[in-house]
Amino acid sequence: MGKKTGRPSLEAVDLHCTRGERRLFGALNFTLRGGDLLRVGGANGSGKTSLLRIACGLLEPTRGEVRWGGEDIRRLQEEFRRQLVYIGHADAIKDDLTPAENLQVACTLAGVRALREQIGEALRRLGLAGCEHLPTRVLSRGQRRRVALARLALSEHAPLWVLDEPFTALDAAAIDCVQGLITEHVSRGGAAMLTTHLEAQIAAAATLRIDLEAS
Amino acid sequence: MMAALRCVIVRDLLLAARRSSDVLTVLLFFVIVVSLFPLGIGPDPSLLRTIAPGVIWVAALLASMLALQRMFASDHTDGTLEQMLLGATPLGMTVAAKVFAHWVVSGLPLVLISPVLALQFDFPQELLGVLALSLALGTPVLSLIGAIGAALTLGLRGGGALLSLLVLPLYVPVLIIGAGSADAAASGLGGHAQILLLGAMLVFAGAFAPWAAAVALRISAE
Repeated sequence: MGKKTGRPSLEAVDLHCTRGERRLFGALNFTLRGGDLLRVGGANGSGKTSLLRIACGLLEPTRGEVRWGGEDIRRLQEEFRRQLVYIGHADAIKDDLTPAENLQVACTLAGVRALREQIGEALRRLGLAGCEHLPTRVLSRGQRRRVALARLALSEHAPLWVLDEPFTALDAAAIDCVQGLITEHVSRGGAAMLTTHLEAQIAAAATLRIDLEAS
Repeated sequence: MMAALRCVIVRDLLLAARRSSDVLTVLLFFVIVVSLFPLGIGPDPSLLRTIAPGVIWVAALLASMLALQRMFASDHTDGTLEQMLLGATPLGMTVAAKVFAHWVVSGLPLVLISPVLALQFDFPQELLGVLALSLALGTPVLSLIGAIGAALTLGLRGGGALLSLLVLPLYVPVLIIGAGSADAAASGLGGHAQILLLGAMLVFAGAFAPWAAAVALRISAE
C-alpha cells in the first residue's frame, strides 16, 4: 500500500490530535503520493498547524501514526527529515544576519550544500535582488517571508514539502512566484502539503483536500 | 554533518559579535562582582588570599548563569529551533555545537580575565595558572549542565527564576572541586586531583548533557 512508482508516499493512519482538553481532529486518514498536492483547510484554531507539525514529526499525535514509504517516521528519524522541507509560521530568520547568511544557515541545517551563486539566484528569484547584504532587521514582514521561502528554490532534492500558510504577508508577485515553485515541485513528482486561505493556482496530478472542522 | 556543526558555531559567534552588548554584560558582571569583595572586606591580604578562589568561582558561576537563558531562547521564538529539530544532523550534535559556541562567548572571557582579577586579592602568582586551568575545565561543565536546564525551561513563564533553582544545585559539585583545586595548590598539596576530577566531569558532561538537552528541546518544542 502506498508504494507507487518507487516514490515514497506520506500516509496518515488513523490520526487523532488532542491539545489540552480540546479534541482537534480524530480518525484522520490520507495518502499523499508524489505529484500530489494536499490542501488543508479549516477555520482558525481547527488544527491545521497541528496536523502539519504531526506530519513532520514535530508533534506527537495522540493516537495513530504517520508513515513515509510504509515506515513510521518516528523510526526513520533523520532519514525522513532529510527528505522533508518544512516552512512553518515562524520564518526561522535571524534579524542580525543578512538574507544570504540566513538562507545559507537554513540550507546547511537541512543538509543541503548551497553555493554562494545558488543562494544569490534563489534570493533574486523571490525578488530580493539588492537586499542580499542588508541585515534582515531592516526588511519588511513580507520580505522576511520571502527570505524563508527562498529555501524552496534550493530544495529540488526534497520529495516532500510541508508549508504552513506560505502566502501570508506576500504581495501578488511573490504569491505568483511561490505558486510557480510549488507547481514545478509537484510536476517534478514531489508531494506538497499546505495550508492557505487563498485559492491557490497550482496544477497538480491530484489535488486532495482536507477540511478540518472547528469542534 | 561537520559542515552543519561548523555552520551552527560560526552563526552563533557571528550573532554574538553583532550583539556584543550581551557578551560584555556577562563579562562586566563578573569583573564587578569579583571587585566588590576586596572593597567590602577591606585591606587584609591574608584573608583576601584565602577567599580569592571561592569568590572568583562563585562569581563565574553566577555570570554563566546570567547568560544561560539566552542559549536557546531566540532560536525558540523565531522558529530556528524547529528547523534544527528537523535538520539532517542529529539534534544532540547540534546542541553540542551550540553549547560550545555559547561557552566561547560567555565562559572563555571569564577564564582569560580571571588571573588579572585574582591579583586584586594578592593571590600568589605561581597559583594563577591552577586557578585559570580549573576555570577553563569547569566553565564548559557549567555551560553543559546549564544547557539541560535552559532546554527544560524554554518558553515557560518565569523560566529565568526556575532555571536558577534547577541548575544551581547541580553546579555545587563543580564549585566545590573547582574552588578546592586552587585552595589545595595554595596549601602545598597541589591541585592535581581536583583538576583531574574536573576533567573527568567535563568528559562525562560533554558526552551526556547534549543528548539530555536534545530530549528536553523536543519536549519544549511540542
